[in-house]
Amino acid sequence: MHIASRFQMRSVVAGVLASATSLPARADWSLVNMPEGVSELSREIHDMHMIMFWICTVIAVLTFGAMIVAMTRFRKSKGAVADQKMLHNARLEAAWTIVPVIILIVMAIPSVEKLVKIEDTSGSGLTVKVTGHQWYWQYEYLGSGVKFYSRLARSSDVARQKGSGIDPRTVEHYLLDVDKPLVIPTGVKVRMLLTANDVIHAWWVPQFGMKRDAIPGFINEMWISVDADKPGTYRGQCAELCGADHGFMPIVVVAKPKAEFDAWLLRQKQEASTALAATEQ
Amino acid sequence: MAHAGHQDDHGHGPPKGIVRWLTTTNHKDIGTMYLVFSLLMFLIGGAFAFMIRAELFEPGLQLLNPAVFNQMTTMHALVMVFGAVMPATVGLANWMIPMQIGAADMALPRMNLFSFWLLAFAFLLLLSTFLMPGGAPASGWTLYPPLVLQTGEAFPMAIFAIHLMGASSIMGAINVIVTIVNMRAPGMTLLKMPLFSWSWLITAYLLIAVMPVFAGGVTMLLTDYFFKTSFFNAAGGGDPVLFQHVFWFFGHPEVYIMILPAFGIVSEIIPTFSRKPIFGYEAMVYAIASIAFLSFIVWAHHMFTVGMPLAGQLFFTLSTMLIAVPTGVKIFNWTATMWRGSVSFEPPMLFALAFLFLFTIGGFSGLMLAIVPADFQYHDTYFVVAHFHYVLVPGAVFGIMGAVYYWLPKWTGHMYDMRLAKWHFWLSAIFVNVLFFPQHFLGLAGMPRRIPDYASQFADWNMVSSIGAFGFGLSQLLFVWLIVKCVRGGERATAGVWDWPHGLEWTVPSPAPYHTFEKAPEVH
Amino acid sequence: MSEPGKRNRSLALRLVLMAAGSFAFGFALVPLYDVFCEVTGIGSNAVLTRAGTVDGEVPVPNRTVVVEFTASVPDGGWTLEPVAPSMEVQPGRLYEAHYRARNLSGRETTGQAVPSISPMRAARYFVKTECFCFTPQHFARDEERELKVRFVVDRELPKEIDRLTLSYAFYDVERKAG
Repeated sequence: MHIASRFQMRSVVAGVLASATSLPARADWSLVNMPEGVSELSREIHDMHMIMFWICTVIAVLTFGAMIVAMTRFRKSKGAVADQKMLHNARLEAAWTIVPVIILIVMAIPSVEKLVKIEDTSGSGLTVKVTGHQWYWQYEYLGSGVKFYSRLARSSDVARQKGSGIDPRTVEHYLLDVDKPLVIPTGVKVRMLLTANDVIHAWWVPQFGMKRDAIPGFINEMWISVDADKPGTYRGQCAELCGADHGFMPIVVVAKPKAEFDAWLLRQKQEASTALAATEQ
Repeated sequence: MAHAGHQDDHGHGPPKGIVRWLTTTNHKDIGTMYLVFSLLMFLIGGAFAFMIRAELFEPGLQLLNPAVFNQMTTMHALVMVFGAVMPATVGLANWMIPMQIGAADMALPRMNLFSFWLLAFAFLLLLSTFLMPGGAPASGWTLYPPLVLQTGEAFPMAIFAIHLMGASSIMGAINVIVTIVNMRAPGMTLLKMPLFSWSWLITAYLLIAVMPVFAGGVTMLLTDYFFKTSFFNAAGGGDPVLFQHVFWFFGHPEVYIMILPAFGIVSEIIPTFSRKPIFGYEAMVYAIASIAFLSFIVWAHHMFTVGMPLAGQLFFTLSTMLIAVPTGVKIFNWTATMWRGSVSFEPPMLFALAFLFLFTIGGFSGLMLAIVPADFQYHDTYFVVAHFHYVLVPGAVFGIMGAVYYWLPKWTGHMYDMRLAKWHFWLSAIFVNVLFFPQHFLGLAGMPRRIPDYASQFADWNMVSSIGAFGFGLSQLLFVWLIVKCVRGGERATAGVWDWPHGLEWTVPSPAPYHTFEKAPEVH
Repeated sequence: MSEPGKRNRSLALRLVLMAAGSFAFGFALVPLYDVFCEVTGIGSNAVLTRAGTVDGEVPVPNRTVVVEFTASVPDGGWTLEPVAPSMEVQPGRLYEAHYRARNLSGRETTGQAVPSISPMRAARYFVKTECFCFTPQHFARDEERELKVRFVVDRELPKEIDRLTLSYAFYDVERKAG
């Protein structure tokens, strides 16, 4: 091959590879993949998911490759004649039993360390009690007297009625908006206590990487922690079938920098005590 | 070799009309009844799925109110699991086990008939709950309390139907075991028995072990509902999570009960169309047995988010991942069977190959689900829905369809329309992926399961999935039409039917005579 | 009786005995369950709603744990609130916490508190020597009173646990239907 065009070929190949490998960074994967999330934990879970995915992909390519070769190379229409004696191969069979075990152990090891971390709720800076109801959430900041309900926002609630005639695409944050969101500080480990009033619900915000069931009569515990540099609004949904409106009790969490959060909580406490004073009169 | 069965020597055939079907104790007739019943249930369960995907076609609620939607998801699953997949595999067992082992019939023919009619009645009861105040059960097929205790008048009927189905399955399982253990033809040692019969021997043990557990669990629901017990009620000292343990202790082996016969079927089909015996026969038997054994110790992987101690999470992650090993062995053995074979692509083989590819994809998503911290993001999302539909639809259901295409000429004596069958295959195989593959994306992107309406970002993939559903559903009408046509007539089928038949069932004429192997064949 | 007849009778007898034995086993499970829980130490409400004992107080120096108190009233018709939302305690020492309960149902009735402790691992180290959760609580119409719980956090509480929560779900037992 002529040297100049070999060079051109290589540049083309290099260019294609470069754009292909930069694709992950440039593309919007939010519609096909798990979010990286806004906490260290959610990022670790995302990374773990990606490693599992790639391992499975590699094994799939090898396995499907073998199947395709078997089907094409040995097809009768190509004149293949069956080898009736091919019934066993002790070494091959041992290999494809033992090697998977090793791969599985390798896959499982990272999860141990992460699980220990997930189960460790010490060092928290705030405890929030979450109670699931049919069909809304209740949040309480333990020890502050601040508690409130969080329901599907009116705009979504009206639009979602059967035959409402309203196009959901015109409703902002359709089905992922509430009247009063949960507010938490960034950069703080927040301990979430989960329970329910009636049936089993589950609290899940994908960006936080954690999900846990809310079981009536019991408290469950998990922690979340939004990176200090990622204040913002994060949305999730109930993740355990809880009746007719299971799909209509979303979760909205507003993460504010600590100082702003403290100010917000103080205002809520004041409003709560004036409201209490008013009812006691 | 085998002494071909001859016509019924009473000089008359089976009774005519409805009396035949109410009184027959013939394994072929009972097998036919199970298969027809399961096809009907497949269409009914499919209609419910159609409603679900029609509602999910676009955001917003267009067709169903949320409570009815939940009835659809619940009944779709109950009908498909207990009415379509399980009875189909029982029907295949009834038809084929006696013929494969050289027995004249099942060991307990009258109990066999009773099992069938019990099942039919159970489904009449279950489906009738749609007409009761409060509607059909809407708590998901997993029936978790306390939610399930909010079911209206349908509740005791649903529980009763489940008891009847369980009894039917247990009796069927007993029948299979007694038949296989006692009635194999002389010379047919267990390790010479066809793999489909092996798969059913092991499935039968699983059924006997876990169906009573399910019965116990739903009975506790019943007493909590009517008799003020508190098994699952914290107020009285109980715990809703107890039900989940009891249910999934049944539920996980249950999904293996659905897939093991499909493994057996694939192990029959691939050798035939590779013109070569199965690679690693003993390993296949040990693999099925290991899968069955492991299926008992993984149940809590359905419950990782309930608040489980660390040790529990680790144990169940590892045990669940371990199941990949014997399953992998089977997949490699099927591939090795084709290797250096002479492979052709008749409809049964097409379905078996689609099974090989697509069940494996389901296996990979299962492996991902097994890993705990990641599962916290997958649990109760469409990622799980994608996983189990991959292993059940292009898994179990394609296995069953492959079996029908494989044995239909033996049952009817006619070859079916091959072109139509291939159309059915290709449409099904393509649409099943359009239907379920996007659901992986939806789950990862954050869409929970069992919701009738969703946020706007999920709209596109939901639409694609629904189009897949409509296509897949309509394609099944081809299957029904093909079967009806084949029963009515077609090119005469030979005894062997295929180019390289293996097994005793291919030594009898097609259609198989009403009574076969009345004198046991000799097996070498 | 013929040979097969004798064998059938013997088999029938054995099957009947097995059925009767299984039935009896079901009843025997009631006391057996408690024995099992005692022996293995497993038991959620069974263990939590029984008074614990403490042989003397031996507080652990240089360690405190925060115990939070909270309550839920799923049925409505009551309020149950902790008097103090949390307490900083030394493991090994006996403490007393108070809850205030009020009957808002409009009639006299009885309530039962079901305790739950989080994290789950901490449950076996939280010993209640006296608790209103051990017995049903009868309230007159509109009655309000304080209920107390006395507890010790076991010295052996794992070092990683610095905060635990005691939660009560308070149910109206007269309305408790399955």
